[in-house]
Amino acid sequence: MKDKYVIEAEGLTKQFGAFTATDHISFRVHEGEIFGFLGANGAGKTTAMRMLCGLSRPSAGWATVAGYDVCRQAEDVKKHIGYMSQKFALYDDLTVFENLRLFGGIYGMSAKTIREKAERLLGELGLAAERDALVASLPLGWKQKLAFSLSIFHDPKIVFLDEPTGGVDPITRRQFWELIYRASDRGITVFVTTHYMDEAEYCDRVSIMVDGKIEALDTPANLKRDFGVATMYDVFLALARRAKRTSD
Amino acid sequence: MDIITVSKLRKSYRKGQVQALRGLNFTVDEGEIYGLIGPDGAGKTTLFRIMATLLLPDEGTVSVDGLDVVRDYKAIRRRIGYMPGRFSLYQDLSVEENLSFFASIFHTSIEENYDLVKDIYGQIEPFKTRKAGKLSGGMKQKLALSCALIHAPRVLILDEPTTGVDPVSRKEFWEMLKRLRLQHGITIIVSTPYMDEAGQCDHIALMQDGEFLRLDTPSGIVGAYTDTLWAVQADDMHRLLDDLRACPEVLTAFSFGEAFHVTVREEARMQELAAYLAGLGHRRVEVTPIQATVEDCFMSLMKKSDEG
Repeated sequence: MKDKYVIEAEGLTKQFGAFTATDHISFRVHEGEIFGFLGANGAGKTTAMRMLCGLSRPSAGWATVAGYDVCRQAEDVKKHIGYMSQKFALYDDLTVFENLRLFGGIYGMSAKTIREKAERLLGELGLAAERDALVASLPLGWKQKLAFSLSIFHDPKIVFLDEPTGGVDPITRRQFWELIYRASDRGITVFVTTHYMDEAEYCDRVSIMVDGKIEALDTPANLKRDFGVATMYDVFLALARRAKRTSD
Repeated sequence: MDIITVSKLRKSYRKGQVQALRGLNFTVDEGEIYGLIGPDGAGKTTLFRIMATLLLPDEGTVSVDGLDVVRDYKAIRRRIGYMPGRFSLYQDLSVEENLSFFASIFHTSIEENYDLVKDIYGQIEPFKTRKAGKLSGGMKQKLALSCALIHAPRVLILDEPTTGVDPVSRKEFWEMLKRLRLQHGITIIVSTPYMDEAGQCDHIALMQDGEFLRLDTPSGIVGAYTDTLWAVQADDMHRLLDDLRACPEVLTAFSFGEAFHVTVREEARMQELAAYLAGLGHRRVEVTPIQATVEDCFMSLMKKSDEG
């Protein structure tokens, strides 16, 4: 059951002039997996993620995401993935429901489907009473949950989360991870970047990029064992210290 | 001796609808690193902007180095270095131009105070002709800190300097701050959303919704934790969380790295919890007593302030 891949990347490379931001990375992500994509600032994570989302053309190598080629089928890739960044893509001056309707509409969902899914979702999130509240009026933690729910509203095979938990309080941060678990239990693959090393422990597998290359990729338990250390923080420290590139 | 005194400080926005600061009282000792720790929206930036004389308080007083932030705002500006959360240098000036601009505003020069910034500015000096907008994030941060220091302030106010920064760069940044304090005796007040940075400070204030949950030394905060705290692990962590929360002995259960941190009723016993979980089919159950971290304390205080 775990031999289906939602991401396959082979020699994926992006060059900006003489600078190789992402340098021949190869990896696979299983269906339903929570995959942590770590690295120091400037290690090339964002560039790699942009290529995987069909937003940037690789200079060399290839990748398929949700079954589509990121070069030749970039538009199909975009339709079948979800994306959430720390700067939530929510419209502050629209209500909670209007945001859901807008995103559903963009992904071509029918008005009826949107309405039904929205009611169910708001119930699950405990936001039913806020259906017609402006997003601007919601506390940060609620916005974050809403942004995540929006990113998987169209039932993508995979969702990309770019530092999704920055700035929230420690309880909200953990509740957010419980949403991630639930999405993963439902079969949605989660590809996540974070600077919180405790969150690296919550991933099924973790890759760590150094100077454009993937220098380590395994389960947190195996990485800690291989590096002979107690925490993912120490694994990260050991690897990032090898970096020659100046941090970004 | 106190270098910053904050008394009954209040600030609200939108005609009182948003209470940003709800009556804060605290003091900062000269030469210490004081950490304000809390999530977005806690009021950290509002507090810093008032200290930096960029925002007027509604009520209460703040004095910095014996001067009042409202009455003596001009004099205070010479004595503080303020690094806002957002990069706010001139992107189209070079590294060196930015630094000499900030020096000249305060009627000084890079040469005059070079000793103070040498440790930090020295790292980016090889790129001094590069436009600030073209620098990497880590280099921008070092330039911003150099610009905040170049007029030899007595107090540095740093608003979330490590947010969004990877763990290695964060560690290096804190080492720079400690050297500054040690070598030049500068008082540093710094905010952060990362609980694991609390231990780098002499005193910390845990902040939430415009109030302090607690003010103390990091060890004092941890020492005042009274709940019974255990770390619990098993093979199937997703299911374990649900089962822990359903257990009547368990008060709270939250993820902490590879284990769950669990608070329990006073009469609870570790062996009984382990047996209970094993009875539900969990394998390789481990229950161990642990010391609270600052993050455990923060979460416990948050819950208590919700209830009370």
